[in-house]
Amino acid sequence: MDETIRSVLAEHGRLAVDPSSIDESTDLFDVGMTSHASVNVMLALEDAFDIEFPESMLKKSTFESIAAIRAGLLEVTSG
Amino acid sequence: MSAPTHMLGDVGTWLADAFPHLSADCGPRDQSSSLRVGVDLVAVADVAESVERFGDRYVRRIFTPHEISCCRSEETGGGMTPHYSCESLAARFAAKEAVLKVLRPTDARPEWCSIEVHRTHGGWCEIRLTGQAEAMRAQAGIDELAVSLTHHASMAAAVVVGMRCPGGRDVSSEVRNVDREVLGERGKE
Repeated sequence: MDETIRSVLAEHGRLAVDPSSIDESTDLFDVGMTSHASVNVMLALEDAFDIEFPESMLKKSTFESIAAIRAGLLEVTSG
Repeated sequence: MSAPTHMLGDVGTWLADAFPHLSADCGPRDQSSSLRVGVDLVAVADVAESVERFGDRYVRRIFTPHEISCCRSEETGGGMTPHYSCESLAARFAAKEAVLKVLRPTDARPEWCSIEVHRTHGGWCEIRLTGQAEAMRAQAGIDELAVSLTHHASMAAAVVVGMRCPGGRDVSSEVRNVDREVLGERGKE
């Protein structure tokens, strides 16, 4: 899962750093991800995992780090 | 009243200076309590890339049916995919972000479609809120929102001003009157 998340971030996150090497707790918005890029990340994650994030999860904290994204995906896929 | 030379700069300061009587009526002259301003800048290419990559999933997730109808391009392609004016979409995305900066959500953000840039019959745009965005507006005590959009070449931008008065007074007509006065003075320069 983390590998896919990092791959999505590499393609859509517009990060100023290499997402393959950042710590899972790094604030993605601090390293270059904009609000618009987070939309693309969300849509790409939905494609990658064949899910749809509920509106209740479309908040900044859901996509603020790799760890947060992982937790969000686990919540959606387990629900 | 002299025309402001920094109109594109500190909008909050300019508005507070332009309406000292409003500040007095609304309580202490605290710009953070009576005025809020949000601005955002979006690269048109980013929006175009999203439209190309995610198509209608992206468009319908972010924009309301009204916004989508306003942004449909006159161009027609060979396929079934509708064409959009990515400049217009980008400007509206910027406006939504600017509204959020006025609403100041702490974590949970309202649905993208609960913030609508509504084009009036006269051609200018207004902000219309529903759902959680409207609830946030009410909780913040913001009585009036004004928006201005622009796009040029590769960039689109929007600025939103939120105004509130503890008494809930509608100051929008006074804003327009002073705006005409200021524009008239600038025309003399």
